[in-house]
Amino acid sequence: MPETIDQIFVILKHWVLGYVPAEAQPVFSALLSVVSVLVVFPLLFAITTLLERKALGRIQNRYGPNRTGPYGFLQPVADAVKSLTKEDIVPHTADGVVHFLAPLLLVSAALLAYAVLPVGRNMIVANLNAGVLFFFAVGSLVELAVFMAGWSSRNKYSLLGAMRAIAQMISYEVPLVLASIVVIMAAGSLSTVAIVKMQAAYTGIWPHWFVFTPWGFAGFVLFMIAATAESNRSPFDLPEGESEIIAGYYIEYSGFKFALFFLGEYLGMFATSGMAITLFLGGWAAPFSFLTWVPSYFWFFFKLFVLIAGFIWVRGTLPRLRMDQLMNFAWRFMLPMALLNIFIAGVWHFMPAGPSRWLVCVVLVAAPCILLSRGLKQEKKLQVRTYRFAE
Amino acid sequence: MFGEGLLKGMAETARNFLGSYVSKDRLTTVQFPEERVAPIEASRNFPFLVYDGEDWQQGMRCVSCLICEKECPPKCIFIEKSTDKKPDVSGKPQFYPAVFNIDVSVCMSCQICVEVCPFEAIKMDVAFELSTDDRFDGLLWNKERLAKSNEYYGRIHPTEAAVVDAHLAEGRAKLEAKSKLTTEAKTAGAAAPSAQPVSGVAE
Repeated sequence: MPETIDQIFVILKHWVLGYVPAEAQPVFSALLSVVSVLVVFPLLFAITTLLERKALGRIQNRYGPNRTGPYGFLQPVADAVKSLTKEDIVPHTADGVVHFLAPLLLVSAALLAYAVLPVGRNMIVANLNAGVLFFFAVGSLVELAVFMAGWSSRNKYSLLGAMRAIAQMISYEVPLVLASIVVIMAAGSLSTVAIVKMQAAYTGIWPHWFVFTPWGFAGFVLFMIAATAESNRSPFDLPEGESEIIAGYYIEYSGFKFALFFLGEYLGMFATSGMAITLFLGGWAAPFSFLTWVPSYFWFFFKLFVLIAGFIWVRGTLPRLRMDQLMNFAWRFMLPMALLNIFIAGVWHFMPAGPSRWLVCVVLVAAPCILLSRGLKQEKKLQVRTYRFAE
Repeated sequence: MFGEGLLKGMAETARNFLGSYVSKDRLTTVQFPEERVAPIEASRNFPFLVYDGEDWQQGMRCVSCLICEKECPPKCIFIEKSTDKKPDVSGKPQFYPAVFNIDVSVCMSCQICVEVCPFEAIKMDVAFELSTDDRFDGLLWNKERLAKSNEYYGRIHPTEAAVVDAHLAEGRAKLEAKSKLTTEAKTAGAAAPSAQPVSGVAE
């Protein structure tokens, strides 16, 4: 019975495909998977926008939206109506085709990334051998879309915002990918399904998630920081901070295209969280062996929800990083730590299992972290000032 | 080094989030217009005319002396003095304003009219929900719109009203005493058959 509930969507899909002639079955199967992704994740986006506004409000000692529907839960509907009915203004000298395509490309790239996330046991849209590689390749399309938006608007400030956004996103791609390499090393495979299967085992009640190893924990932290920066979220939202450069690269967009940018950004956030869950948090595996009766898709979305709550929490807490602080952080702290992490994962692999390898690896993670952060603190050395006054 | 500062910050935000469901301190929003804060005594918005008793026309303190109209800096008060006199709250016949208009779109709430009024007849109100969709006639308030009772004054400015009431009562008591003395002097003095009309004035 728990297996039936666990596989209910797979069973449903096979049942529906039974009514389709055999030649059309592959197409229909793909169509069903795609439609379910297109329904679930934008719905999650709508819920997240509301939850974020309510949670940020509570953090800031105020109510969030509470007028549209009970507890404001119809606010996403109101937002959708607003963005659909706003006038779509395209600047006269803007590059029309590119201006139109940029939000489309952003949303498409973000949606493509969901193809390799295993949402439940046997529930994945495309079981690719090189799933992780596909994910990062598609993620890089987002940067192209950002630049298209900034360039086509024919606006100095938009272009400046786009340049800063791309600089930030490219700089944080490197630690993102390096942090996931440790998992690939440990699992020996680029397939997301294989990585999750490796983590779905238990010793006693404890799961084999990669986050419970020193290199996995460090990798997870690095991955999440890089994911925050990839989706331009606070504290890394300088390119789109409202008090900085108004809306940055999407300043010339209005109405539905603006909503599409918003959607693309949040979908990117969900996709990278989903990949973090797959790589480090055991995907659809239950946290304890006695909880395996709960359906696998429930665990995936529960973990996704926890990560989203973490994103919102961090947004409500930290102030924005300045551009140079942001870049310094990526290149001088995150990149060395990610490279060290790979080395530590290797050490872990070649040492015999036991407390000694734990001790060695924890020290090897903690010591450089402390030393590097201490060394990188910019303490201003003030010179003795001499003044020459006019006589 | 491990980001303890960040974690401390996040603990503070978590405390705010969870505390906002339990304590009023961490959720200070007053949901206007369903909830309102108590009106503040030491605040002012636009003037109103005070009347004693129940009848706003009979008990109005204003005797149309025209001082506030002259002193008003933006000249937003428009008064027309009456031609007849009518008895005020303590019986003495007084002039009264046949027309008393204040243009609140001009009024700058400087309170000079209140400061110069010798009869404590005009005071500052605290009502702020005054929106109207007619920006000409809707913002030219007439005598009836401006008249509010002394009891209302006592509710919005309790300490001020207490002082004003005490002052007015004192003035009336003095005049009562003076009139008693004069009547006593008159009855004790000459054996005049017809008693003079009692000169009891309001102030």
